[in-house]
Formats: sequence, C-alpha cells, structure tokens
Amino acid sequence: MNMPSPAPKLPVSLVANPKVSSWLRFTEDGRVAISPGKVEIGQGIVTALAQIAADELDVDIGHIDMIRASTAMSPNEGVTSGSLSIQQSGRALRHVCAEVRQRFLTVASERLGVDAALLNVEDGTISGPGNVRTSYWELAGDVSLDHDITANASAKSVAKRGVAGHSVQRVDIPDKVFARPRFIHDCALPGLMHGRVLRPDISGAKLTALNEEAARAVPGLVAIVRDGGFAGVVADSETAAETALKALRKAATWSAGEPLPDEDDLAGFLRSQPVETTTIDTRTAEPARKPAQTLRRQYTRPYIAHASIAPSCAMAQWDGDRVHVWTHSQGVYLLRADLAIVLRLPAENIVVEHMEGAGCYGHNAADDIALDAVLLARAADGRPVRVQWLRHDEMSHAPFGAAMAIEIEADLDADNEIVGWRHAIWSNGHTARPGRAAQPALLAATEIANPYPRMISTDPPAANGGGGDRNSVPLYDLPAWTITCHRLLTMPVRTSALRTLGGQGNVFAIESLLDEIAALRGEDPIAFRLRHLRDERARDVISAAARRAGWKPWKRPGIGHGVGFARYKNTGAYCAAIAEIEGTDDIRVKRLTLAVDVGEAINPDGVVNQIEGGAIQATSWVMKERVRFDRTRITSTSWSDYPILTFSEAPAVDVEILQRPEIEPVGAGEAAHGPVTAAIANAVFDCLGVRVRDLPITRDKIIAAMELAS
Amino acid sequence: MPTVQFQLNGTTAVVEADPDQTLLDVLRGRLGVTSPHFGCGAGECGACHVMVDGRAMTSCDMPMWSVAGKDVVTVEGLGTAERPYPLQRAFISEQAMQCGYCVSGILVSAAALLTRNPSPTEAEVRAALDRNLCRCGSHNRMVRAVLRAAAEMAAS
Ligand code: FES
Ligand code: FES
Repeated sequence: MNMPSPAPKLPVSLVANPKVSSWLRFTEDGRVAISPGKVEIGQGIVTALAQIAADELDVDIGHIDMIRASTAMSPNEGVTSGSLSIQQSGRALRHVCAEVRQRFLTVASERLGVDAALLNVEDGTISGPGNVRTSYWELAGDVSLDHDITANASAKSVAKRGVAGHSVQRVDIPDKVFARPRFIHDCALPGLMHGRVLRPDISGAKLTALNEEAARAVPGLVAIVRDGGFAGVVADSETAAETALKALRKAATWSAGEPLPDEDDLAGFLRSQPVETTTIDTRTAEPARKPAQTLRRQYTRPYIAHASIAPSCAMAQWDGDRVHVWTHSQGVYLLRADLAIVLRLPAENIVVEHMEGAGCYGHNAADDIALDAVLLARAADGRPVRVQWLRHDEMSHAPFGAAMAIEIEADLDADNEIVGWRHAIWSNGHTARPGRAAQPALLAATEIANPYPRMISTDPPAANGGGGDRNSVPLYDLPAWTITCHRLLTMPVRTSALRTLGGQGNVFAIESLLDEIAALRGEDPIAFRLRHLRDERARDVISAAARRAGWKPWKRPGIGHGVGFARYKNTGAYCAAIAEIEGTDDIRVKRLTLAVDVGEAINPDGVVNQIEGGAIQATSWVMKERVRFDRTRITSTSWSDYPILTFSEAPAVDVEILQRPEIEPVGAGEAAHGPVTAAIANAVFDCLGVRVRDLPITRDKIIAAMELAS
Repeated sequence: MPTVQFQLNGTTAVVEADPDQTLLDVLRGRLGVTSPHFGCGAGECGACHVMVDGRAMTSCDMPMWSVAGKDVVTVEGLGTAERPYPLQRAFISEQAMQCGYCVSGILVSAAALLTRNPSPTEAEVRAALDRNLCRCGSHNRMVRAVLRAAAEMAAS
C-alpha cells in the first residue's frame, strides 16, 4: 500500500514569518535586499546567508544587501544563539529565494513566450533562446511578494550550487579594516548625548541615598536621572558624563549587599544549595552486569566572563510615547518584549534595531544597557542618548557563564569495561534571557522604583539542547546510565547563557573520565572511543583528527597529547580535537588539531575561522579564566584581574572540515569548546601523569594535583 | 581652554582641550576619528592603539598635554579601500578577524612593528601584538596577515 507522502515541511522561521516580502525585496537600484531575523555577532552569519541567497536567486553576491534586523520590518527569528542561525535563517532564506526565483521564471516565461525550463538566470538577468531577456527588476512591479510562502518550491540540488559550499570573503570585513564606522560604538547620530549609569561595587547592594550637588556642577551635564535605585547621568559629551558619574559615585550611599560564595569551594557551594532536580536520561542494561569497582570523580568549572573587548553600548531616542532603540542584542524582538513590560507601553511603540557590537558569546550586557539607554533618554528632550558601560561594569554586572560541579560514577567490570554510568550536575541555570517570561530579565528592571525581582536562571528544555545538562548524555554506546541535573534555586552570582551553556563542563567531565578508564585498561584513548561509537560521522571526525595529528606521536619528555570529542548539543556539529602541550608544572598549549563536520559548510573558510576562534577561546577558558570574588564583590573587574590568552600564548590551530553538502548545515561557533577543553586536560595527564579536574588548569592546580598524587 | 596642536594622519590638527583629557576622547568625541576603540580605558587591551611618532601607544590613557607637537596616525591614515595599506589588504586576504572590534588597534601595532622591523619572525609578530587582546580567538589569522603584509612589502 502506498502511504500518502507527508506534507512538505516549512522551515520553522517561515512558519513564524510566512510573508515572502518580509524576507526579500528587489530594490529600484538593481539590487536585492535580504532581511534575515538573525544578526551579525562577529560570527560571519550575514555572509553565509548572502551566499545562500546569491545561489538560489542566481544574483551576484555583490548585488545583495543584507539588512540589519529591526522590529520595524524584519521577520521575527527569536534570538541569534545556540549555533542555530544557519539552520534556521539559512533554511528559510533558501526556501524563500527558491520560491521567488520560480515565481519570476513563471512570469518571465509568459512574458517572453519561452518555456520556463529553457530560461536561464545570470546575475538577476533572465534570458532564453532567441536572445529574449528580462530581469528580476523589470518584472518586480508585476510580481507581488506580499503573499505567504508555500511549500512548493524546491531549492537547487547540491551540484547546482555555485556559491554556497565555497569560501567567500566576508562582506563586513572591508569596513572593519578601512575604519568605516560599522559598530554601534562608532555611530554618531545627530545631536547625540551621552549617558552613564551608577552601579554598586558591592554585589546586590541598593542605592539608599544620593547627594547630587557635586554632579550638578559638572559643565556639560544635562540631567541626573533617578528612578528608585536606578541612577545615571546624561551629558553633552562622554567626558562630562564620566566626570558627573564620578561625582555621583562619591556621594552615593548603598545598603549592605548579598553575600557571595567562597570562590575556593565552588563545588561545596553548588552542592549545598536548594535545587530543582531533573532526571535527564536513563538507560538500563538487561541483564545488569555486576561492577567490580566504581570510579567516582568530581569535575568543576568556575564562573566565566563573556569579556568582550568592547563594553556594551546602546542608544535610545524618545518621541512622545514612542522610543527607538539601537542595540547589539542577540534578539531584537525579545528585547522589545521586555522593554514593553518595564515601560508599560504597547510593543508597537518601541522599535528595536540591531547594530553590530564586538564579538558576542552569549547573553551579555547588551540587553541590560538598552534599558539603561531608554531610561536615561527620557531626560534628553527627544535627543538620542548613547550609553556605554565601563570595563568594570562589564566584568561585574553582566551575566556570567555558570559555574558547575559534575560528579560521574563509572561502574567497571573486572576488565575495566564500563557497565554503569551515573552523571550528576549541580549548576545555576544557564539562561535568563529577556523576552521569554512575564517578568523582565533586564538589570535596571531590578533597580527602578517598583522593581522586578532578579530572574533566577533556568535551563532550556532538552529538546533545545538543554542547559546545565547540555551534552551530558553520552554519545558513546555504554550499557547503562542515569543523568541527573540539579539546578540551583538561589543565584548569588548572576548567570546566563555563555557559549555551549553546560556543554563545555559536561564534555570535559565525560571525556576526562573516558580517558582515565582507557588508561586504566592500557588501551589507546582513540581506539577506546571508536570502540564505543556507532555513529559514522562521530567516528569520522575522530579518525580524521587522529590522522591529521599523526596520532599517536612518539612520547617525548615534556610533551603530551590528548583527545576530546563531542557532537554539540548531541544534534549539532561533530568535533574532535587533539591537543599537544608542553611543560613541566607550568604548561603551554602548543598545537590543536581539529576535525569538524557541520553538514554542508556554506562558507568553509568561515567555518574554519569560527572553529579556530572557538578553539583559542576555549584554550583561554581552560588555561586562565575564572571570575574572582570575595564574599562581598566581584574582584576580577579589569584585564589584569581577569587575564585572557595573549598572542604569544595562542596555540597553533589546524582545522579539517569534513564537507557533507547533502546534509543540512548546522552552526560551528560552539562546537570546539568542549572537545578542546577535554583534549587539553587529557594532554596534561599524558605529559605529567596527573589529572586536573578543577578548571582552570593553572600552575597551582597542577602542583596541587601532583602533591595529591605523590 | 588651552589649544593643543599635533599632526593627525598627515594634516595639522588644532583642538581646544583640557590638558588632562585623553587623546582617545578627543579623537572619537571631537574629531570624529572612530577607528581607535574604547575597550578598557586602562591601557590593558590595545583596542585604542594609535601610532605616536611611529610607536603604537594606548590613547585611552594618554593626556592631551603629552600629544602636543606629536605625529599621530590612526587606521584612517594608513590607507583606504582605493589605496589600501598592505596590512589592510592582508587582513582581508587572510579574513583575519571574527568581530573585528580589536582590529584597528592591532593594525596600528602591526604597522608600528613593520616600520621598525620590516621582516619580523612569527615570534616577533606575536610579541609585538601581546599588548592587544582579541576575545574572538583570531590571533593566528592576524599573525599570518602581518607576515603576509611584510612579505608583500619586501617584494615591492
Ligand atoms: S582602551 Fe586603551 S588599552 Fe584598552
Ligand atoms: S576579532 Fe573580535 S575581539 Fe578580535
């Protein structure tokens, strides 16, 4: 019996935003305007999306204008995060462009009297036999795009794609090397004023009194803004705003704050808090095999700062009861939803427009500062106000990536084969993004008169990759397991989404323990992994990385090698990493070799670039990074207190892409962090014979591990 | 307010400024020169690097009084899309960035390096860029771009 074929499925972004004209327009000047709902956050997404459009439309990529997302006109694609942009926006655009092309060919065929199948499109010009020709632009008046997308058009086959799948130069890079203003920080709106916000050093302290006198005397001051515990200044220059803020700071009185945990006993803190416990996954073996011994290991990772090179920035301008906001937020619609709650305005009164900021690695202060700007701009008489945080604010008030304690118990049989596996996570939630709850997630909303409570971070559902539990379910074929996640219900240190959410911590833990078991068995760690993996794509990246790194190189004194593997979110990009390190007690990562499978790599060089960047950032996290605090305040508020990897410390990074053009593309920005972390930790063991299970792997930790071992 | 005179990208600039105001504030806030970026304001990240008398210096902590009579070059003065400086061309060829916020400061450090040492080793390039931070992990591409520009300049 023939089953009816299922209705063709539209990409999720098109289900939410079906109108074709919201995605694509042919403009008067012979160009194509493409409006994705995803935004450039330093990852090169805009270029990859332009490639897809160029390919499906047969228009030169140089004739495509990528429009910045704005709530005034763009499709609502939620948030640019989770390595989903190419998956969601890319699929949607491919579909839209294929349909548009097909519709234009139909009309052109009628107009030219030539069968559509005989028509050819080259850089937007449609031509056919007998030298007949027209173009998208000539026909644009006759083909309305104000209709809903259908599921009828089919995109080009892989073989016919000329642009996607090939490396192209990123469209944003020339502006950035020729100093043409592109960052929100560099945008000079006419009549722009400058704002700064007063925030406490003491964590959780509230403003109780403020003497404004000295600040009032600062030349260039326009206004001092107070709203409950929220206070800030507006001035006609940045210098004046900063001088006034300094004066305010001296004259501010704060309440006592809320105590912070002991930074040297994060696991103790995490494991002693009230939690919500979820069983993430279980697998039972029949019959259960009896363990001969159980290894129990605890792994921790500290709070990690986003530490973007630019402090956050935003601009806002009021016009009566309407406000326009410029932001480097990852989600313009989500930010608008939170602003509407705080301002008690209908969302239609608020336009949120994206502008590029510096590299964004998750939910940083971009959204918080947008509300700061909106609140300060109220005092600016309709002029735009630009607010910028200082380095100190960025390193203390922005959300951090959550600290984690992970305990794994592995039951081993007499041959040291794994027969049982219990993985438990204690962590704050990994997301408190705006726009998703009845209460706002923005910092100033907790400071204004009638404040909202601080939102306690939660975790995305497992279907979206989970949060603290991300990547905690082993990809390996183990006979039995139980995975449990304990999410903290207190949040003394503010946390939200940072690249990989819990993925880095979980992959570090799993891959470290597997390495330890392989060593116990005297088995090569790569052979051990391959023996437990059935997924061909997983096996392929591990084998490719091993081949490329010449696994396993001769053991030389002072040099160590280690491997790490994960499939990001268990549904995204596959990545295997091999680390080579050098050292005795102070180690240096010399080289990282990675193999990656993102399905179809739209811009292969862009993928390599992201993997290189992720690998170096992960090395920085592993080797150096840890948010510092005492019991009252965050203390790592400058680059000297929160050092990151320097040019001389950056390892060589060698990346191989396993191109799979027939498989839907997934993002690459977060694929490397977990595998690189584990590879470095395992290389430390190979080199020094000790396991450091508490990140970062600093000299002190290595010495402590050595003392413990001896 | 006293005036300060200095050379900016080959032309004479005269600005009225508080002698303690920083060069970065004056460039960005008064002269509309936006390539030097604010990153930390504490001389620790290099985002604000400008060339002063041929040396890469942080402008976020450089008071205006010390700029008088100096020769200041920013990325705006290195080259343009029509007449790119070799380093700019090389950064495009190597696609040497992710977000690019750190790039102006790095171009300045690299330009200063190539002026005093036209054929640096890789280690010398890295050492010269150690005062610049990049959070996106684009270090190796940038180092390759600097070496490429050096080779190109040597060949021409
Ligand atoms: S902004 Fe000048 S060194 Fe950071
Ligand atoms: S490229 Fe983003 S900070 Fe360097």
